[in-house]
Amino acid sequence: MSAPASDHGHAEPTSFTFTPENLELAKRIIAKYPQGKQASACMPLLDVAQRQNGGWLPRVAMDAVADLLGMPRIRVYEVATFYTMYNKNPVGKHHIQVCTTTPCWLRGSDDIVHTCKKKLGIEVGETTADGQFTLGEVECSGACVNAPVVQIGDDYYEDVAPEHMEHILDALARGETPKPGSQIGRQSSEPVGGPTTLKAFTTAQADD
Amino acid sequence: MLRDEDRIFTNLYGYQDFGLEAARKRGDWDNTASFLANGRDWIIDQVKESGLRGRGGAGFSTGMKWSFMPKNVTDKPVYLVINADEGEPGTCKDRDILRHDPHKLIEGCLIAGFAIGASACYIYIRGEFYNEGSNVQRAIDEAYAAGLIGKNACGTGYSYDVYIHRGAGAYICGEETALIESIEGKKGQPRNKPPFPAQAGLYSCPTTVNNVESIAVVPTILRRGASWFAGLGRPKNSGTKLFCISGHVNNPCNVEEEMGIPLKELIEKHAGGVRGGWDNLLGIIPGGSSVPVLPKSICDTVLMDFDSLREVQSGLGTAAVIVMDKSTDIVKAIARLSQFYAHESCGQCTPCREGTGWMSRVMQRMVTGNARMEEIDMLLQVTKQVEGHTICALGDAAAWPIQGLFRHFRPEVERRIQAYRNSAPLAAE
Repeated sequence: MSAPASDHGHAEPTSFTFTPENLELAKRIIAKYPQGKQASACMPLLDVAQRQNGGWLPRVAMDAVADLLGMPRIRVYEVATFYTMYNKNPVGKHHIQVCTTTPCWLRGSDDIVHTCKKKLGIEVGETTADGQFTLGEVECSGACVNAPVVQIGDDYYEDVAPEHMEHILDALARGETPKPGSQIGRQSSEPVGGPTTLKAFTTAQADD
Repeated sequence: MLRDEDRIFTNLYGYQDFGLEAARKRGDWDNTASFLANGRDWIIDQVKESGLRGRGGAGFSTGMKWSFMPKNVTDKPVYLVINADEGEPGTCKDRDILRHDPHKLIEGCLIAGFAIGASACYIYIRGEFYNEGSNVQRAIDEAYAAGLIGKNACGTGYSYDVYIHRGAGAYICGEETALIESIEGKKGQPRNKPPFPAQAGLYSCPTTVNNVESIAVVPTILRRGASWFAGLGRPKNSGTKLFCISGHVNNPCNVEEEMGIPLKELIEKHAGGVRGGWDNLLGIIPGGSSVPVLPKSICDTVLMDFDSLREVQSGLGTAAVIVMDKSTDIVKAIARLSQFYAHESCGQCTPCREGTGWMSRVMQRMVTGNARMEEIDMLLQVTKQVEGHTICALGDAAAWPIQGLFRHFRPEVERRIQAYRNSAPLAAE
């Protein structure tokens, strides 16, 4: 059995070591699970490793997780290749993930993908030459009443129209962090124009 | 319409803080110890009497599910697992509970965990909900610091830990045994049943898996009384429910309403109506992507609850209402769902692994009409060969949207096939 191969021809690093801080974090994570069940920490540790490694998981990082948890490496490869959030290839500094499942598609996600492609000059699955942006399409992000939805890093951008998408990409290119959430000023999942219910709860609580 | 005073999730939209102090002002954690003092059986009986049915899609009685847990387990731990792997297309209700009302969930976790005799709870949150999960973790930390959970929870002498476990992108982990596998650090592939989780779940220990919304409503049910909850909605379909209204409506939104509300009323009162008016409606998927689409004629009158939607050969599912107006390419809308299921099949069972990909490819051809008429029946036959022949319900979920499409919109597909043949007779052969 061999490890998942790098299929984009990128250079695989030859070593990976958890930073001391992440090793401490790993210990706290392992402690959440019963003794002898440390394999449960496999997923969170892969996430820690991926974040340490600039957003993707080289094979040596999977090996480091396996060794730390005393798991056969193949078990960790299985996990790393099963879940879509583990990136087995390098991704850009900004990972643009456009949801295109039916509820987002009904609200115009095709236009969002098109805007990204045109603006970035790349296809879905590709990274810009400067390593700044990777464009991806994802299945249901789970924010359907705020469609279309685009996940960038850990944040959701919601109610995104093509012009918003352009502004977001411009801001990221300038090194700024555009404001996540609804791009049309909604608080969250209430109807546009304001709630039809719970109107007494639309302000912060008064001090009693 | 449901009165505001009967709404459970008063901070659904997050206008107020999600933290402990604000949650307490909204009534959470008010004398929780008194519920525990009434004992396990009392809690389970109350939840049974309330008529609460699981809010994750299957609609099984929550109290009944708890009563299946073995009593007097002394040789191994017992676990409560919360399914917060929300990912059914159209569904985004648990997200609002996680980020805006996490204390309702954590209080529910304590009460439910006590009722089933659990010593710990894992909340499995989909990995993409990074910020939502962080809110839940902050709420857990607050609850520990305030002595509400942990050793001697709420001063009752009962010790109970609550942890979060983040997913990493796999719809299938919403299936309860796949979710358990995932917490154990494996690929999320559903287990054969029996044994059911109540006998051998997480780490082979007795386990109950419940949806976020099912657990988050429990404290309010106990506070206001089972009869209050049972008095809302319709018989066997009681209580309030979070609805997610997406697609071609003027004001897409989440809203808590009474079970059994007419679909049309739900959309017109809260979502600003169908884009272009009710008569511009083509069809609605009433309960998340897995349930069959309904044509306007049924949407005109159908009620939004488990039994009413089952009667029209669809389902309440997660109560995620996906609205499509007459501009919609309905074949493409369903084909996109077929693509979703092909992507999300875990690959374990052959009918699903091969069937979802095959169905998706044929559906893609149906979109353009590049198919033979007899392939419609062949496709429907394949949906029947996938449905019911797999370990978990993903195969069924992939089959039902296609069956729903042909049940109500078959002439549209036939028209496309005919048009394709007329315009490109050679290509169609």
